[in-house]
Amino acid sequence: MSLTGWELAFAFVIFPGFAFTATVGLVLTWVDRFVSARVQWRKGPPLYQPFADMLKLLLKQTVVPAGASKVTFLLAPMLGFAAMCVTSVLLFYVNFFPQGSFVGDLIVLVYLFALPPIAIIIGASASRNPLSAVGASREMTLYLGYELPFLLALVVPVIRTGGAIRLGDLVLAQQAGGPFLYSVSGVIAAVIVLICIQAKLGYPPFDMAEAEQEIMSGVLIEYSGVPLAMFRLTKAMMFFLMPCFLVTVFWGGLASWWAILKLLAIAVLIILIKNTNPRFKIEHALRFFWFILGALGIAAVILAFMKL
Amino acid sequence: MKDPRIWGLKKSPWVYHVAAASCNNCDIEILELLTPRYDVERFGIVLVGSPRHADVLLVTGVINRKSLPRVLEVFEQTPKPCLVIGIGSCTCNNHIFRNSYNAVGPYDKYLPMHAYVPGCPPKPEAMILGVVKALGKL
Repeated sequence: MSLTGWELAFAFVIFPGFAFTATVGLVLTWVDRFVSARVQWRKGPPLYQPFADMLKLLLKQTVVPAGASKVTFLLAPMLGFAAMCVTSVLLFYVNFFPQGSFVGDLIVLVYLFALPPIAIIIGASASRNPLSAVGASREMTLYLGYELPFLLALVVPVIRTGGAIRLGDLVLAQQAGGPFLYSVSGVIAAVIVLICIQAKLGYPPFDMAEAEQEIMSGVLIEYSGVPLAMFRLTKAMMFFLMPCFLVTVFWGGLASWWAILKLLAIAVLIILIKNTNPRFKIEHALRFFWFILGALGIAAVILAFMKL
Repeated sequence: MKDPRIWGLKKSPWVYHVAAASCNNCDIEILELLTPRYDVERFGIVLVGSPRHADVLLVTGVINRKSLPRVLEVFEQTPKPCLVIGIGSCTCNNHIFRNSYNAVGPYDKYLPMHAYVPGCPPKPEAMILGVVKALGKL
């Protein structure tokens, strides 16, 4: 089946697009803050905290710094936000109607997940602040770093299904023959993707672009009010969609109630990694991604060819 | 609860810490206030790195001819509505620097102050009380 007219509008705006993804993403950021608090033996904020933050930011004054490129500065947050809305529709559609997706949507999703970091780089470069320029250059380096192992890891399920680049085919193959995660190459690839998610979200140990202690939240330093809210919302939606993507590609798809537990487990794992690791230096992160995770990715691809 | 803007500000006051030439004692106490022991994140209070994200400015130190323009600039960079809270006796009056040629305080000659927390340095509990009183006035 395919969506038309009002159905499509509903899919993008309400479910599973903007409203649903943003709500779940914000609740997940509360889970993040709550688990972090428990790791530090604190009580943590109430459940409505992320929503209060969002409301406050949306109603606050928006300052555009003098000399900044106004249009680019204000439109950059929209780029990543729109990309995440489209991603959520695609991702849920292929899970519940695996036959209905188009060939190559895996590649489209990889590009859509690349848009939020690019939006951050564009916005930071438009803000005419030296610290945010430092943050943008770090974000760029980090992006070049994690994209290589990320793509290598995504090649693994494609090889295992014999060259399917349609997400629907990956989901169907897993429903028939068991998740890719339960094999050597699958485990290695899933761990690589998990670490790349950490870097894509900008969480420690890969938060050098937003390092609060050295470059004062770097890329976001000049943002206030509505654009800042958009960036935080994009990040919250990514925090929900990236684990969804991992479950879709490696862990049997979202079309069962177990998927909720799987998503929560992955989110809590990300939060625990975030809370127990100090920040990498940027050149160390690049070396880690290219020479350690890249080598692991190549090993996973070879293992996948050997059907392990 | 009448104005959603005020509600949001009360429920998630993000704090930016302006160290305007203090002796560093109040700054250390502010950092202690933000440790897990007092857990101010229960009330949504988070330390942010940039005045653009801030709702509450915590200023410390006796104001002088050199720091005054900087503090005013940080205040202008902060999106409104924002609160300004003076931490330490130096902000209330000029404290032990009152006879100095360089001290031009107190702060409310130049900024709309919402609360002062006296003490040299004030205890974290006193700062929490100050923030609660300032938010209660809104």
